[in-house]
Amino acid sequence: MDALVIKNLHKSFDGVAAVKGIDFTIRQGEIFGLLGPNGAGKSTTINMIAGVVRLGSGQISAFGYDNQRDYRHTRRLIGVVHQEIVIDNFFTVDQALKLHAGYYGVKDDPIWRQLLIDRLGLEPHLHKVMLKLSGGLKRRFMIAKALIHRPRLLILDEPTAGVDVELRHGLWEFVREINRQGTTILLTTHYLEEAEEMCDRIAIMHHGDLIAMEETHDLVRRLSNRELRIWLSQPLTHVPAGLEECRPVLKDDGRMLLLNLPKGGEVGRVLSQLCALKLAIRDIETDQSNLEDVFIRLTGLDGGNDGA
Amino acid sequence: MEHNDARKFNSWLPFFTLLRKEILRFLRVSTQTLLAPIVTAGLYLFVFGATLGDRLSIVEGFSYAQFVIPGLIMMGIINNSFANTSSSLFMSRYLGGIVDLLVTPVSPPQFILAYTLAAMLRGLLVGTVVWLISTVFASLPWESPLLGILMAMLASFMFAQFGLIAAIYAQSFDTISMYTSFLILPLIFLGGVFYPISILPEPWGKFSLLNPLFYLIDGFRHALIGFGDTSYLVSFGFSIILAIILFVWAAWLIGKGYKLRT
Repeated sequence: MDALVIKNLHKSFDGVAAVKGIDFTIRQGEIFGLLGPNGAGKSTTINMIAGVVRLGSGQISAFGYDNQRDYRHTRRLIGVVHQEIVIDNFFTVDQALKLHAGYYGVKDDPIWRQLLIDRLGLEPHLHKVMLKLSGGLKRRFMIAKALIHRPRLLILDEPTAGVDVELRHGLWEFVREINRQGTTILLTTHYLEEAEEMCDRIAIMHHGDLIAMEETHDLVRRLSNRELRIWLSQPLTHVPAGLEECRPVLKDDGRMLLLNLPKGGEVGRVLSQLCALKLAIRDIETDQSNLEDVFIRLTGLDGGNDGA
Repeated sequence: MEHNDARKFNSWLPFFTLLRKEILRFLRVSTQTLLAPIVTAGLYLFVFGATLGDRLSIVEGFSYAQFVIPGLIMMGIINNSFANTSSSLFMSRYLGGIVDLLVTPVSPPQFILAYTLAAMLRGLLVGTVVWLISTVFASLPWESPLLGILMAMLASFMFAQFGLIAAIYAQSFDTISMYTSFLILPLIFLGGVFYPISILPEPWGKFSLLNPLFYLIDGFRHALIGFGDTSYLVSFGFSIILAIILFVWAAWLIGKGYKLRT
């Protein structure tokens, strides 16, 4: 049984389509990344899964339960860390965590609660109200709340936005850990590098459509370029013959020869061809593009700055 | 993390959790939610009970204090039931905390019931304390205690629903306080808390019959002191119908997720 099955999901706001008939499936135990520029429809999709946004049309099922008909089951199985920081100043961290499992119909489990408090470093802040917490602590508290009922699917909507580097790495490590212990993860993130590092599979949304979805390394490999830069001691005046397959280009007044390695092509073969040409090679560099480059190519946007 | 499915889903636990949270919420700020309205009512009681009360008599057979106390109790119940649901729900909408609730298995009927019961509890607590204080100034005959309690519960239920409705439609905190200052307060004052509408010259007496709060106050006073401007049938009948209308309205809004789910 899959953790999440989404079929032909649509949603419009005031006649403007935000999600345009997307389909995807998340397997149990996966870390699945949903990426896309701001306004691509990621949060709308996630909020439809969580139940904050009403379904336009289509079908969402979690662990075999329909999220409209059996919403009480699906919501019990899902934990959500919202993108917006949710503030409730009536209760301290401790009181809120003790109370929160009950909303999901399960009794407070003090051992599990303490484990979350320890792992997320909330112990020194247990008796503070949320207003007194720093931005990073608020995030950690929200993650603890989302996990307090032991969901089988954890949804993280840009949980590390505005969080410093050290804490971000700590949070991702924690997410990996709960994933290893069996929780399926659906996340959106601003940081493509982390999506590349964290996610087993990635789907990219753009203008409400899914424009790519596959295993992370396949996506990067399929859509990435590998470049080979040959720095020459003796500048060339024209591109040598025999390298057409690599679409050679001369740069830097003939001092650098830029080759695009064919997909699946071996560097060794290209190097032997270069040796046969007896070029005076000063240095060689290779460059493999990453998810960010793929993302920019697919969406036409600068993902690093404009948000994923 | 192992998935311990042995931790069984209790379908009523979400409701009890929300109810508990709503009660804890007003208890945590009890100076504002319980003490302040009790002090206000205490001042009214002092003015009408200890000072003016003995010199006035507008209904034969009763002191003015006896006449005014049921209305003051009702005022406490109405204001506080309304304030509880309206401020709690509006604040969660305004600060975004509502999404924490929307992603949980709390069903719409449980949602309404939890908010309503907490608001009723607050209203009835204030009403009870006001009644206890009032015994210092005058004692009431308690003509029909059961009907009195029933009317108090009906009033708190009704204004809990109205609070939910107001919180859903409100755009800002101002809107909520406008409901209190420009709707509820005038309706209470003109609904016969301080005078029987029978002493009003026409057409004001007839106008008062259009005031829904008149029926709550009149029915409640009728049960407590045995004097009413209308019969029980009219006051209870009208109040029950209004309570049902408000409940259906609130249930429809919450069931639909109006302004809660986009």
